[in-house]
Amino acid sequence: MATLELAGLAKSFGALAVLHGVDLALADGEMVVIVGASGCGKSTLLRLVAGLEEPSAGSVVLDGRDVTRLDPAARDIAMVFQNYALYPHMSVFENMAYGLRIRRLGRADIRSRVDQAARMLGIDGLLDRKPRQLSGGQRQRVAMGRAIVREPKLFLFDEPLSNLDARLRVQMRAEIRRLQRRLGVTSLYVTHDQVEAMTLGDRLLVMHEGRPAQVASPLEIFCRPANTYVAGFIGAPAMNFLPARLADAGRAAALEAGPVMAFADGPRAGRDGRALIIGIRPEDVTVLPEGAAQGLRLAVDLVEPLGSETLLHGRLPGGAAFTVQRAGMVQVGEEITVGLRAASLHVFEAETGCRLDPMLPVPPAEVEPRAAMHGSRDPGGT
Amino acid sequence: MHRRIDWPAHLVLLLGVALFAFPVWLVFAGATQDAGAINRGDLSLIPDFSHLGIFLSVLLHGYGEAGGHPAWRMLMISAGMALSIAIGKIVISMLSAYAVVFFRFPFRMAAFWTIFITLMLPVEVRIIPTYAVMADFHMIDSFAGLTVPLIASATATLLFRQVYLAIPDELVEAARMDGAGPIRFLFDMLIPVSSANMAALFVILFVYGWNQYLWPLLVATDPRLDTIVIGIVQLTFGGFTLTPWNTMMAMAVLAIVPPVVVVMAMQRWFVRGLAEVEK
Repeated sequence: MATLELAGLAKSFGALAVLHGVDLALADGEMVVIVGASGCGKSTLLRLVAGLEEPSAGSVVLDGRDVTRLDPAARDIAMVFQNYALYPHMSVFENMAYGLRIRRLGRADIRSRVDQAARMLGIDGLLDRKPRQLSGGQRQRVAMGRAIVREPKLFLFDEPLSNLDARLRVQMRAEIRRLQRRLGVTSLYVTHDQVEAMTLGDRLLVMHEGRPAQVASPLEIFCRPANTYVAGFIGAPAMNFLPARLADAGRAAALEAGPVMAFADGPRAGRDGRALIIGIRPEDVTVLPEGAAQGLRLAVDLVEPLGSETLLHGRLPGGAAFTVQRAGMVQVGEEITVGLRAASLHVFEAETGCRLDPMLPVPPAEVEPRAAMHGSRDPGGT
Repeated sequence: MHRRIDWPAHLVLLLGVALFAFPVWLVFAGATQDAGAINRGDLSLIPDFSHLGIFLSVLLHGYGEAGGHPAWRMLMISAGMALSIAIGKIVISMLSAYAVVFFRFPFRMAAFWTIFITLMLPVEVRIIPTYAVMADFHMIDSFAGLTVPLIASATATLLFRQVYLAIPDELVEAARMDGAGPIRFLFDMLIPVSSANMAALFVILFVYGWNQYLWPLLVATDPRLDTIVIGIVQLTFGGFTLTPWNTMMAMAVLAIVPPVVVVMAMQRWFVRGLAEVEK
């Protein structure tokens, strides 16, 4: 149990910079999920913390001790790998005991620790088996057991569930969460699966091209994404983006597709005509009666029934792709009229992709701290 | 699928077996007949079972009158040489493959390719320079001289390299996180994981060492260092007026036995090491 601070952690392979400097602080017992598309540097970040790679710059401080230059074994960190990385020639017991044996723990001590962890994970009947005699889920448990018995200061998870089938993944996800809570071990968890990220993390670190795009709680990230990348990455089906311009003295957005949408939460800074991107999640789109004034015409070209709801993919008159999530069926080829719920609009600056929060009715000097608190990079006013 | 016996396939297999087994049978049958049978050209395919004692007498006394050694001595020398070469090759190439695959050091690939290139220089090609080097080290006519030059092995290094490259990075990293240093990793992970490959390699190298002829002939003139292969040949060129074919064939049969035993004993490992990939 410990805190973890990363300061300006960066990594380049030759001329190729894969990580541009990450600052992150984990509280004791906190679980932070690093999420991003493949190649965003999330695994590299984890490997730097583990000590499997040397950082080009920055530091890793674990429990107040700078471990940046330490060997992985000396850091008191345990890691669960994507392919489990069980030792194929050792039994489950030996797999779990190996790290303890190297640390010269007593035989009885090893036995009791392994037994306890095995019971916790429900693999106490498998201790004599070899890894190849285990199913994927069981191997996953053994890999976790190997991390648990070490009683480390920090757990690292490198996409541990990506090799399991969907059903088992959901089950193991819940188990990992329960286990992490129960043991109270500070954890970093890397995944590309946003559902995993949302459900597991106390906080999320969304990575984009080697930079942290946003660090916040899952709900904060979902409700107030800091930029178009985060907005598009988190949430399934993905958010729709529509180009627009600021209008009506900052109180509305004129969509290029036609309608002018008034902001429900307050005016945005900037001159009218400032280029914006309006984001709206498919579940926040309503279907309007034919010919409604604020409606967008949508030509449906793909219908995906999910059971309780249906996903409608189509194109707006301008050719932009658009997705709607709604109850009930529509035929492919049909044209429907859809409306955007004003309270659910996400406003981004077109040029930078950053979130544009409403101006507050307070003197400009006080705008900055309040906006910064919400994690916005652009407090408004150009 | 269907239980019917596949006659053509069996026929082909039987033919193959006959092709391999016939010469061995011929040697066995020839050993039990009198020395002149081959020279007269009437070698019978049916062994003369009353003369089976020749194997024992060759094993214990050799070809007495001509002053040859008993075969058991030469078998011991051969076994010692084959074992030293097989084990030495495995140890050396395992270590060099370990260095090349798992460590980053300057000229790593240069070292690897240098080893690789020696594939083009088997003992027969470099026999004179190798002899000169051995002579400089005063290793002529010694057991070390017999084995050391044959131990360096590019083939085995290559094989181990491929085996080690197939080991997932995550396994190496997991061991590092568990605190295993380089030596521990070698003994706790690499050797157990590649044991089947080592066994397969051992079989091949044992036979290779056992069958060495040219180098022992050159480097060891001391009759006490004669291997069984040399012993067989000496019966041909040993200054006999009439080559004692039966003795020679008996010795050949004895010479076949140890490699066959090794191959049969390690057959299971052999197949696993070469054909199977353990996950």
